[in-house]
Amino acid sequence: MRDGRVVKGVRFRNHRVVGDILELAQRYRDEGADELVFYDITASPDGRGVDRAWVNQVARLLDIPFCVAGGIRSVHEAEQVLAAGAEKVSVNSPALANPALIGELARRFGTQCVVVGVDSQTRDGDYVVQQYTGSEAHVRDAERRTLEWVPEAVSRGAGEIVLNCMASDGVRHGYDLAQLAAVRRVCSVPLVASGGAGTLEHFESVFREAGVDAALAASVFHSGSITIPELKSFLRQRGIEVRI
Amino acid sequence: MNGTRVVIVDSGGANIASLEFALQRLQVPVTLSADAGEIRAASHVLLPGVGAAGDAMARLRANGLAQVIPRLTQPLLGICLGMQLLFESSAEGDTPCLGILPGRAQRLPPAAGRPVPHMGWNTLQPCAASPLLSGIECGAYAYFVHSYALPLSEATTASCDYGLAFSACVQRANFFGAQFHPERSAQVGARLLRNFLELH
Repeated sequence: MRDGRVVKGVRFRNHRVVGDILELAQRYRDEGADELVFYDITASPDGRGVDRAWVNQVARLLDIPFCVAGGIRSVHEAEQVLAAGAEKVSVNSPALANPALIGELARRFGTQCVVVGVDSQTRDGDYVVQQYTGSEAHVRDAERRTLEWVPEAVSRGAGEIVLNCMASDGVRHGYDLAQLAAVRRVCSVPLVASGGAGTLEHFESVFREAGVDAALAASVFHSGSITIPELKSFLRQRGIEVRI
Repeated sequence: MNGTRVVIVDSGGANIASLEFALQRLQVPVTLSADAGEIRAASHVLLPGVGAAGDAMARLRANGLAQVIPRLTQPLLGICLGMQLLFESSAEGDTPCLGILPGRAQRLPPAAGRPVPHMGWNTLQPCAASPLLSGIECGAYAYFVHSYALPLSEATTASCDYGLAFSACVQRANFFGAQFHPERSAQVGARLLRNFLELH
């Protein structure tokens, strides 16, 4: 999300407008998405909170859970988003700046409301966390190892982890199975894979080989190269449990 | 649905907007109220709930609704914690509840691969005829978010399995309950709400 439109980039850069928020929300609802995540990608780098007006409009439209990410820096800001009808809030850069925020949110709203998003880059055979990734000008190294930050976030009260593998994002060559499997081993709450889906088989392998609980994708759905009904019937044929 | 006056009991939770919007999608006008008179005059009453059982019961006692709700004669649907409050008690803080249905909400036992809270889509197994479940098939998916659950009992009309079977839907006389969130359960949830609003 940027300036009221849905945008998608490649490896977190060169974002292009792909559509209107409400039109896309309705399309994915009707196609059978299980959950939608809305990233207000420039909220944290710009130092502003999430604009709540669209959250309320989305909540009126959607009959499935949805999560709002971007610029949630306080219990108060999270409360506004949840009261507007979101099911969950996702924190990323603000949690890195102030890890205690995760626990404050979990105590106030319950761990089931609190998602921690982790933008992770591969470096020298290890995985490192990136901060302020929504802006090419502000992105920086968070100076934390992914395999340490994920268990810390969980112990502080994260009810779910979304792992965005940045090197794979938007290029559609498949999820980063090795990284996701490594994080799976240290993550005791639901783990959502993000970044890299390009084919139906990529979704099958991320469930089978990385053991994730859910797979998030954007580019393939926005472009229409994969539709949600075809993906779900494919996964069911391959013996993976999905809601149809 | 002429003459339908739906009231959502204002139980002070943060997610009441979602339920209001779900009813608006069904073109049903809805009032949010904690007023005993307004609730008694409703044709249908919805009792939502999030948070802890003790806090929710304290609020219902403080505004006198703990006395009013068990005596209602119109259809009432308790949702999530709202369903648990219909029973005698909850193990959550060892809380006495409304006592309309016999039983006690128990904490779900966590296990490897089954974190608590139970959060996400899971399947319903209808096990008794109930107008609330009309048109909802065995294996239909509903969206759950909860850490406590009611064991199976005579009141159970649909079960769900999360390591152990628990009550996903219950009914006794005019009192109905859904442990999942119909407002977030796509067409299955909309069907359940429509079924409820068609009760007289």
